Amino acid sequence: MDVFLQQLVNGLSLGGIYALIALGYTMVYGIIELVNFAHGDVYTLGSFFSLAVLGLIGIQGELHGAPLVGVIAFTIVCAMLLCGLVGVLLERFAYRPLRNAPRLALLITAIGLSFILENIMQFWKGPSPVPFPGFFPDAAVTLGGVLIEAKQVIVVFLAIVMMAGLQFFVYNTKLGKAMRATAQDREAAQLMGININTTIALTFLIGSALAGAAGFVSGVYYGTTWFFNGFSAGLKAFTAAVLGGIGNLAGAMLGGFLIGLIEAFTTQFISDQWSNVVVFTVLILVLVFRPAGLLGESLPNKV
Amino acid sequence: MRAFFARSDVRAAEIFLAVGLIPVVDLNGAHINFLTDAGAFVLLALGLNIVVGFAGLLDLGYAAFFAIGSYAYAMLASPQFGIHIPFWIMLFGASFIAAIFGILLGAPTLRLRGDYLAIVTLGFGEIVPQTFLNLSQYTNGPNGIGTLDQPTVFGLRFGFNPVPYFYLILALIALAIWLANNLRASRLGRAWMAIREDELAAAHMGINTTAAKLAAFALGASFSGLAGVAYASKLQLVSPDQFQFNVSVFVLSMLVLGGMGNIAGVVLGSLILSSVDRFILPQLTNFVHGFGLDWDFTNARFLLYGVILVGMMLLRPEGLLPSRQRAAELHADRSDPGAAAQEQELYERAL
Repeated sequence: MDVFLQQLVNGLSLGGIYALIALGYTMVYGIIELVNFAHGDVYTLGSFFSLAVLGLIGIQGELHGAPLVGVIAFTIVCAMLLCGLVGVLLERFAYRPLRNAPRLALLITAIGLSFILENIMQFWKGPSPVPFPGFFPDAAVTLGGVLIEAKQVIVVFLAIVMMAGLQFFVYNTKLGKAMRATAQDREAAQLMGININTTIALTFLIGSALAGAAGFVSGVYYGTTWFFNGFSAGLKAFTAAVLGGIGNLAGAMLGGFLIGLIEAFTTQFISDQWSNVVVFTVLILVLVFRPAGLLGESLPNKV
Repeated sequence: MRAFFARSDVRAAEIFLAVGLIPVVDLNGAHINFLTDAGAFVLLALGLNIVVGFAGLLDLGYAAFFAIGSYAYAMLASPQFGIHIPFWIMLFGASFIAAIFGILLGAPTLRLRGDYLAIVTLGFGEIVPQTFLNLSQYTNGPNGIGTLDQPTVFGLRFGFNPVPYFYLILALIALAIWLANNLRASRLGRAWMAIREDELAAAHMGINTTAAKLAAFALGASFSGLAGVAYASKLQLVSPDQFQFNVSVFVLSMLVLGGMGNIAGVVLGSLILSSVDRFILPQLTNFVHGFGLDWDFTNARFLLYGVILVGMMLLRPEGLLPSRQRAAELHADRSDPGAAAQEQELYERAL
C-alpha cells in the first residue's frame, strides 16, 4: 500500500509537468488543427532559458524564504516570456505562411522546426545532460510511510496555479472568448471582427509560455536537463492531450496527470526502460477505442 | 502500335548500365563502399516515397521498418540463435515481415486523421529500437548482433569486398524503381493520389481508402525490409542506434529536397544528401581547419536536415525535381490568378 501511495505522489508530480506541456499541444491543435511537433522542444528550451537566467543571477547553494520565492518567480517569468516569444516567432515565420497549404506541408515544417531547435540546444549546451543548480531546499516530509518532497509539492502547486489562471483567462476574458471563437470557426470569427492572426499568435504565446514554465519546473524536479528531453516528453504530453480529448483544456490536465501516474506505476512495477513503450501503447489504444478522448466530443471530419 | 520498350525505359536502362560500369572504371574501394551505402538510402527513400509521396501519409517512424528488416535478418541468419536461413530467401522474407508490421501498425491507426498518424508513427519509430535495446537476452542490447551471414552466389561468398554488394543494391534499386513506376500508374496508385488530394472525395468515389492506405504502408515497409537485409548483410552488424529518429528524418529530408512523389527527384535528393553527409561536410571541416578554424561541420548535419525540411516547405514545397501534379497540389493555396491558370494548365498536362 505504501508503495502504491508513494507512486501516486510521484506520478502526480510528474503529471503536473506533462499537464503543462499538454495544454500547449491542445490549445494549438484546437485553434489551427496542427500537431506542433516543436512544442516538446520549446519545453526543453524553457529549462535551458531557466538555466541561463539562474546563471546570470549567480545562485550558490540552497536558498530559503523570500530569496527562494523571488528567484523562482523571476526565473519562471523569464522562461515563460522567452519561450512565449519563441512560440510566436515559430508561428509568425513558419506556420502562418503555410496556414492554407496542404496539411502535409505544415506537419513537415513542424518536424523540421523540432529538429532545428534540438540541434540549436545541442550546440548551446553540448550533447550531454546539463546539471541544474541545486538552489531548491532538499526538504521532505513523511506522511504515513509516504515520502513527499518539497520539490514535488512545488511542481504540483505551480501546475495547478497555471492551469487555474489559464482556465480563468480562456473562459472569463474577452481575448479568451476570441480564442474559443477562432477555434470553433475561423472564418466566422473573422467576420465577427476578431483579428485571427493576433488570436492565433496569442495562443502560441500562452501555450509556449506554459511549456516554458514546465521546463523550469522539470529542471528543479529532475535536477538536470538535456537537449533531447523534449522528444519523449513531447510524445508523452501529446498522448496526454489525446487521452483527455484534444482541444479540451480540462482534458489535457486530466490526461497529463493520468500519464504521469501511468509512468510512475510502470517504473515501479515493470521497469523504467519500458515506460515509453507503455505510454505509446496507451496512445494507440485510446486512438483505436476512444479517439475523442476521455472528455472530448467526437467531431465529424470537416469538409 | 505500342513500342515494346518505351523511350524512358531505354533511357533508364542506359543510366543503370553506366552506373553499373563504375566499379570497372573506379577501383577505389571507398568510393564503391560509399555508393553502396548511398544506394541503401535510395532504396529507403523510394519506399518512403510510396507512403509520403504517393499516398500523402506522413510516416515519421520509417526507420522502424528498416530496423525490423535488419533485425529479422540478424536473428534468422547469424550465429545468434544458430539459424542460417539463406540470404536470398531472407531478402524477401524480411521485407514480408516488415510489410506485416506495416499492416499491424497501420490497421488500427489509418482510419484516423493524418496528424494522428504522424505522431503514432513517430512513437512507433521511437519504441521499435527501444524494444530491440530492452530485449537484450535476444538482441544483445546496445552491442547488437554481429557476424551476420554473407550472401552467396553459386556457392561463392560475397566476402568483405563492397563490389558485389554494390551490384546487389543496384539490382534492388532497379527492382524498386520498376515496382514504384508500375504502382503509380496502377489502379492502386491512382487511388493513392485521389486520397492524397481529397480523402473524403476519394471515399465517395468508391475507393476503399483504408485498404489503399494500408497497401501503401505495407509496400513502403517492404522496401525498407529489402534495404534492411542488404544493409545489415554488408555491415555484418545490427545495433539499435542505427535506427534512431535521425534516420527517419534523414530519409524524409531526401524526399522533401528531391521532390515528393517523383521517382527521379527522390533518387536525386537521396544521392545529394548522402554525399553531403559523407563527403561535403567532412571536406568542409577539413577546409576550414586549413585556415586554423576549429569548426566541425559534421555536427551540423542534423541542423541542416531541419533547415531543409522547413526551408523547402516554405520556399519550394514541390522539391528540386517536382512531380507536376504534386507541384500543382502544393501550390493550390496561392490566390494569384496567373499562377492559378498556370497550375490549371500543369494539372491538365499531368492528367
